Order: sequence, then structure tokens, then C-alpha cells
Amino acid sequence: MADKGLTFQEIILTLQKYWSDQDCLLMQAYDTEKGAGTMSPYTFLRSLGPEPWNAAYVEPSRRPDDGRYGDNPNRLYQHHQFQVVMKPSPKNIQELYIGSLIALGIDPLQHDIRFVEDNWENPSLGCAGLGWEVWLDGMEVTQFTYFQQVGGMEVDSVTAELTYGLERLASYIQDVESVYDIEWADGVKYGEIFKEPEYEHSVYTFEESNLEMLFQLLDAYEKEATLLIDQGLVHPGYDYVLKCSHVFNLIDARGAVSATDRPAYLRRIRSMARNIAKSFLNERAKLNFPLLKEDEAQWVEKYRLESEVN
Amino acid sequence: MTHTFLLEVGLEDMPAEVIVQAEQQLVNKTKAFLDESHLSYGKVSGFSTPRRFAVMVEDLAEKQPDDDLTVRGPAQKIAQDEEGNWTKAAIGFSKGQGGSVDELMIKDEDGTPYVYIEKHIPGKETKELLKGLATVVEKIEFPKNMKWGTTNYHYVRPVHWLVALLDEEVVPFEVFDVKTSNRTEGHRFLGETITLNRPEEYEEKLKAEYVLPRRAERKAEIVKQIEDLCKGRRWDAPTFYRELLEEVTDLVEYPTAFYGTFDEEYLTIPDVVLETSMMDHQRYFPVREDSRSNHLLPYFISVRNGDDQYLDNVARGNEKVLTARLADAKFFYEEDQKSSIPDFVEQLKHVDYHDQLGTLYDKQLRAGKLLEVVKDYYHLSASEMETLKRATSIYKFDLMTQMVDEFPTLQGVIGEVYALERGEHPAVAQAISEQYLPTSVMGGLPGTKLGEYMALIDKFDALIQFFSIGLIPTGSNDPYALRRQAIGVVRIMLDLRVGHIEVDQFINDLIQASELPVSREEDLAENKAALMNFIEDRLEQIMQAEYQIAHDVRQAALGTTHKNLSWMLIVAQILEEEKETEAFKTVVESMTRVFNMTEDRDAIQTIDEDLLETDSEKALADAVEKLESVFAQETWPKTRYEALEEISPLISDFFDHNMIMVENEAVKENRLTLLQKLAIIAKQFADFSQLVI
Repeated sequence: MADKGLTFQEIILTLQKYWSDQDCLLMQAYDTEKGAGTMSPYTFLRSLGPEPWNAAYVEPSRRPDDGRYGDNPNRLYQHHQFQVVMKPSPKNIQELYIGSLIALGIDPLQHDIRFVEDNWENPSLGCAGLGWEVWLDGMEVTQFTYFQQVGGMEVDSVTAELTYGLERLASYIQDVESVYDIEWADGVKYGEIFKEPEYEHSVYTFEESNLEMLFQLLDAYEKEATLLIDQGLVHPGYDYVLKCSHVFNLIDARGAVSATDRPAYLRRIRSMARNIAKSFLNERAKLNFPLLKEDEAQWVEKYRLESEVN
Repeated sequence: MTHTFLLEVGLEDMPAEVIVQAEQQLVNKTKAFLDESHLSYGKVSGFSTPRRFAVMVEDLAEKQPDDDLTVRGPAQKIAQDEEGNWTKAAIGFSKGQGGSVDELMIKDEDGTPYVYIEKHIPGKETKELLKGLATVVEKIEFPKNMKWGTTNYHYVRPVHWLVALLDEEVVPFEVFDVKTSNRTEGHRFLGETITLNRPEEYEEKLKAEYVLPRRAERKAEIVKQIEDLCKGRRWDAPTFYRELLEEVTDLVEYPTAFYGTFDEEYLTIPDVVLETSMMDHQRYFPVREDSRSNHLLPYFISVRNGDDQYLDNVARGNEKVLTARLADAKFFYEEDQKSSIPDFVEQLKHVDYHDQLGTLYDKQLRAGKLLEVVKDYYHLSASEMETLKRATSIYKFDLMTQMVDEFPTLQGVIGEVYALERGEHPAVAQAISEQYLPTSVMGGLPGTKLGEYMALIDKFDALIQFFSIGLIPTGSNDPYALRRQAIGVVRIMLDLRVGHIEVDQFINDLIQASELPVSREEDLAENKAALMNFIEDRLEQIMQAEYQIAHDVRQAALGTTHKNLSWMLIVAQILEEEKETEAFKTVVESMTRVFNMTEDRDAIQTIDEDLLETDSEKALADAVEKLESVFAQETWPKTRYEALEEISPLISDFFDHNMIMVENEAVKENRLTLLQKLAIIAKQFADFSQLVI
């Protein structure tokens, strides 16, 4: 262990061990580009419906517009989120969260830990929740959200979502000024791995991307997604929605979306996400909500009735 | 003997802005509950922290007072048969009241004999009644509620514990699956779980576990700590940031103030950016030197939710966070330094204001044209015009800066700072700064006249442009905040108090000056009435919310043909005041009659004096002529109202002594014309037919 605190990978290992001990499934990062861990099907889809779901995973998250050519010490084209979702939200979720900080060697008595109100919204996925940003000595290290709405629908069972910003947490724990100075593992710095891709992605995003192709891709992905949704192929359909979202972000980063066009694009993505959410629930109902241990008949009935109404 | 009672709701961290309301609601609703339960009580105190709100009631009655009631039953003739035996009805009644027929009495009421029973209702035990407080807790209202787990409860945050303690006894009830007990929680990290033997121990035991439950005390403690930090350091104690102080009070259970530093190099960043970074983003108090210069120092004061252990650690962490923010801000500032105002203005040509409404640069050009109209209406001087011409030609430039991109709430303000840095006249900079005001319905207006003109122009342009493409707000859908902008227009025009401006003409001239494309000008012709109504609706909103003017009076004032916003408001106030007077009734009745008889008439003809027959008719005709000249000379609403009051007995007289609908068509027409003329004049004051008396 580095003498300046846990390395980046030790932080990940510690969180994985901690949440695994809390009966979370350790999932792997989902292999389609996305802007946040919430967009992984392990959060977005699984937070729908009555089935319990406890999972934890690292999600590399791409935000093209935040690319800074590797020059800015705190902003990145791609950062890493550690995502924890627990559904239904356990009564002691706040304590569990604090326990995870203690596991990382952060003694609450030596710091100032606050839960500052922050209501989270992801309009493109029709998601909204209430909660906090968690401050560690004034730094926002985690977004803590109780999901209230997913895919435009009120949730049946509330998911508690914890999103740790791993780079921030690591730069705090290791006391470095720049993310590029974070030790990923002993002797290897974050910058030595990511500075080059940060630079190249920024060049691509802001200078070299082929807008004509991106617009074509957006259309093609949207068509494919719509087609798949109509066929009830939820997961492949959702992959294409994620692709739309990423391509849209690339176009947006070039400033090629006017302020008035933006809502229309977001509306299109939102409407696809809503349809995905609905058909996911229908498909789970057809399978009798396999993760439910009791009362599944009542829920199957609810969604059977809803799909008939629709 | 009386009791002391404590009720505490313990929950996950509440948003700072709801905590005070939660405490007040709990206090008020508990009092209302006790009043309704006929339980007397003494002092009631409220407590709150981010994790709890509580109420303590002292000198609470032991039980409800007993009640003696006399209850009336059926009439004697129904209660007794002919032999005087009690009937089934009487037996039923007495049983229903928990007594027997032996207790029935007979008394007369208005000459009819009825049976009565006297009833003694023993008061309920306080402890029993207090169980009803479950609903009080459930009914605390919050701006935003959430649900949690698999439950369907909706509350500000999940509830974790409830204390309901009447002296030594727990009052058992349940809210959201949580049962009451005598256990509360200390500070999340520093404190332990507390068992309360009596309500009186509440404050003391919480303090021992690092919670200051009295909000006022917590706030005073923060103020004192901040003052102590500043003492001897020549720092101006920043406790005058009232809103921040209130918020910080609601972010901590146990405050410990500390200060941190940042590198002096960041002091080159504009003050307003430093303050926003510290206050809005980090909830830090900026520190200024306690001297005449009062300049910002490279320090900040923050309040930890905890004690003074490891405070250096906390300070260092906070310094690091602020430094990262300021490094960003400095980078943006320095990037912006590379561009001149003309550079930024040039960039405005490439950014759409709205895809159908041209670029931001086009908007500036339009502002310059609207300025010419404002000049005519508000008689702007040459020097005022010089300032505003310059301001309108650059006023959106800061939207192109990195700083506004990063700190959107500073739009306008950054414009002022950068304009001054780049050698613009201070009045120009000020006008740019104030263009967005007011930023909320009741928000502050621009502090300078020129700022008001700038804000007026900017908002009128938005209204005219969006109405011209049919983007008119409906329901709650108002994406371009046109309602707020129209409110701004009305409040600014009221504030500028210029007596001769008729807003409909003003808008016409502004539209003319906007030089809309022909097709949109045609569209706007259709929407012009909607725009006028839109503005009048905002005035009505102000009349109602700020001046408590009744609906009919608002309609009457808004219904005038003299569309001057200031006068309309004054007219409404006059009518509201006069409402109670005797004369008012005569004025309204006579005027309403005049309005009703003439409402469908076409263009007015001239009165033929030779056709005036009766004395009362002639008197009214003379008076109308006089009224006309008063209205021509006097726009002051009070004078006009007095003139209307003066003429109203003559109108009543006229109606008393003349038939209007006479056979002689010429005489009838002449009389209607006279009334029509009167109505036209009176309507320059108000639409009297709207008034309800």
C-alpha cells in the first residue's frame, strides 16, 4: 500500500469487498459507452418493477464535453464511478454508506461529513430522485439518491443509488492536487494510463469528429432502437438507446445542437427510454418476476392489467 | 398537577430550507390539536436540527375537563303515549345517550314540550388523547416529499425514530411503521443514543451528545464563533450574509467555525466570482478586511458539523476543495482576458437567441431600435441616450465568456465587471449588470433608471419576439420565462411612474420599431391583443398579491380605455378605498346603468342641444360637457373620480325624470348619445359595469 493512502485500485477493491459483504452482486462495467453509472442496465432497468436488486460495480463514464486535453487537474473526458444500487432501499442505508467511508480509512471524527440536499434528475432517461450530495470536508464525493421515477414511471420499490466519484475520492485520500497524480497502483500513476487517451479523445471530440457521420449514426441508432423496442427486444434496444445518447453528446460537444433543437433530441431519447422501461416490465412480468420471493402473482397481475390497458 | 410533553420526529437529513417550516408547523399543529382536544397548556417550545424537529409542551392539563350537557330528545307527544308511558322512541333516545328513561325530564321549548336528558361526559385522559398526534406528524407539509423502501408513505425524508413522552410515560403510537419511544439520537458521529427519563431532560442530554436543538441558540453560537475568529485579525465578521447564516444554521447540529486560506494569486479573480464560489458552492463566508477599503482577503470561514477535534484536517480538506474551484475560475478568467468586448460581440453573431428569432447579435440590434421608442416615451436626455446606445450595442457580450458559461447565475454581473475592466463608462456597465432584473416575481428591481430602461427593453423584446412566432405561454408551460419578464415589465413601468404612457400605444410603437418580417408582423397583429392581455394579467396579479385588491375592482380598473399601468393601479386603489362610502353606491349604480344602456352602440354622434327637453336632461348635458373638460385637463385619477362622484346624482335625476325609449326616435337617439358620451368619458377611468355592490 502506498504510504499516502489507498491506491485507486485498492479503493475499488475495498468498496467491492465492503458492498459484497452487504450482499450486493458484484457486476462488471457495462460494455457500451455511457455518461453515468445510472445508465447501465444494472441500474436503469433493474430499478424498475418490484424485484429486489442489490448490485455494485465500477462504471467508466464518458462526458465528451468535459474533455480538457488532459490539461485540467479535475475534469475528464472519462471518469470512473463506483455505483451501488440497493432495492428496496434498506432502512440503514445512510449508516451502510458511512461504513463504506470508514472502510476506506476515512474516520468521520477526523473529517466533516455532510448530507447536503441535492435532487437528482436525468431528463433523458425520465429519471428523478431525492437525496443528497455527500460532502467530505467540503468536497462532493458521492451522489446519494432515492429513485422516485424511472423511465417516466413512479417506481414500485425505491432504489437507493450511491455514486462515488472515484477520482475525487482518490485525490482526497491520496492528497494530490491533480487526478493525473493519483496512484492507480504502486508505481503507476493515473496520468500514465489516461493522459494520452484524454488528450486524444479531446482532440477527436472538439476538432476531428465527423459530424455528418455522427448525425447519420444518430438516425440509424434511433431507427434500430425503435425497431427493437417494437419487437420486445429490450436489452439490444436499450444498447442502441445508449449509443444514441453517446453520439448525441459527441454532437453536442461540437456545439452543433442549437439551444432549441436540444429539447427535441432529448425528448426523442426520453421517449425511447420510456418505451424500453415499459417493455422491460412486461417481459419481467411474463417471466413472473423471477427475483421476487413472494407476492409475485400480485405484481404480475398489475403489469398484465397495465399492458392490456396500453 | 400538570404534565410536560415532548414530541420529537427523527429523520434522515432534511433539506436546509424546510427545517424552520417543519418546526413551526409542528408547534402550530400541536397547539391546534390541543385546542381542539380542549386540553389546556402553558409554554410551547420548538426545536429543530437537520435530523429532527420537536415540540415541548409545558403545564399540560391532566385530562380534558368534564362536560355537562343537556340533550334534547323527541317531543313529549312522541316520547309518551296517552297514558304517560315512555314510548320506544323515548327508550331509544335515553339509551342512545347512555342513560335510562328514569333520567328523562320534560321542558317546554317555544310552547312545545320536549324530553331532555342531562348528560355528564367525563374528560378523556391526556395520554389517551395525545395518541392522536400521529396524524399531526403525518400532516406536516413539505415542498417535496419522497417515498422509500417498499412503502407508499410520502414524507420529506425517511423517519427513523419518534419520541412521545408525557412525563415519564411513553405515549404509544406509530407513524410510518415507526413506534414512539423515549429514545432519541445524539450527533451522528460524536453522540450516542439517549434515553430520556423525562421531557425536561431533552435539551441538556442532547447537548451532552453534541446536538444544539434550539435553532436560535445554534445560530447565536455560530455568530459568536465567527466573531471570535475575526477578533484580533482585523477581519470584518461576515455574519451580515444573512441568507448564508440561516442556511448554515440548518446544516449543522453542533457548529464549530474555523477558517481556511487560499493563495493570494486568486484575489485577481473578480470579487463576485470569488464570493459565488465560496458562498453558493461551498457555503463558506468570504472574509473582508475590517478597514475602509473592505477588500476581500485570502481567507474563508466555514462551519463544521462537529467539534474542534482534528479541525486542521477539516480546514485543509476544505482549502483543497476551494483551491480547485478557484483554479478553474482563474483559468476561465484568464482565458476571457484574452478577448476584447468587440471580440465577444463578434461571437454573438454565431449564437442563436432562438432559431426563428435570429442571433444574440440581432437581439442587440433590436434593443438599439427599441431604445429610440423608449427615448420618446420617457424623454431621455442626450447623455442618457449616449449611455444606453453604448449599452444596447454590447449588452449581451458576457454570454460569450467562459466565466458565464461556468457561473450562469452571474450573467450580467460578469458583463459589468468585464466592461469596467475594459474601460466602459460605469453607467454603461451598471445598465448591463441590471438588464436581467428582477430575476423573480418579487425580486429586486434595477437600482438605476438606466438599468430600468435596459431591463425594460430587453424584456419587451423577448415578449414581442416570442409572441410574434406564436410562442405564448399556456398553463404551466413557459419555457422562455415570459411571465416573469412581463411581471418585470409591469413592475419597472410602475416604478418609473411616468404618467402619460399608454401601454398599448407604447407596445404598438415598440412593435413598429422591431421591424419584424412581414409574415410575422401579420401573425403578431393577431397576437397583439393576447400580448396586451398578458401584460394586464400580470398587473392584475400584482394588484391582487401586493395590494389585496378585490376581483371586481381589478376587472373595473383593468377595463378602462386609458391603458396606463400606473393609473390603472391607482384607480384600483381608489375604488377599493371608496367602496365603503355612501356616495360610491350612487356612482356605481348610476354608471352601471349608463354603461349597460350604451354598450352595444356604434360610433358616437353629436348631441343636438335643441332636442334636449327636460331640465334634468339639460343639467346632465351641461355636466357631461364639464366632465369632458375635467378629463381633458386632469389625468390624476383622484380628481377624475371626484368629478364622476359629482355628476352621479345628476345621472340618477336624469333617469328618474326621463324616459329613454320614447316614441320620438330623434329624442331617444339624442338621449342615448348623451349617455354614450358619458360612458366613453367614464370608461377612461374604469369599467364601472364590472363592479359588484
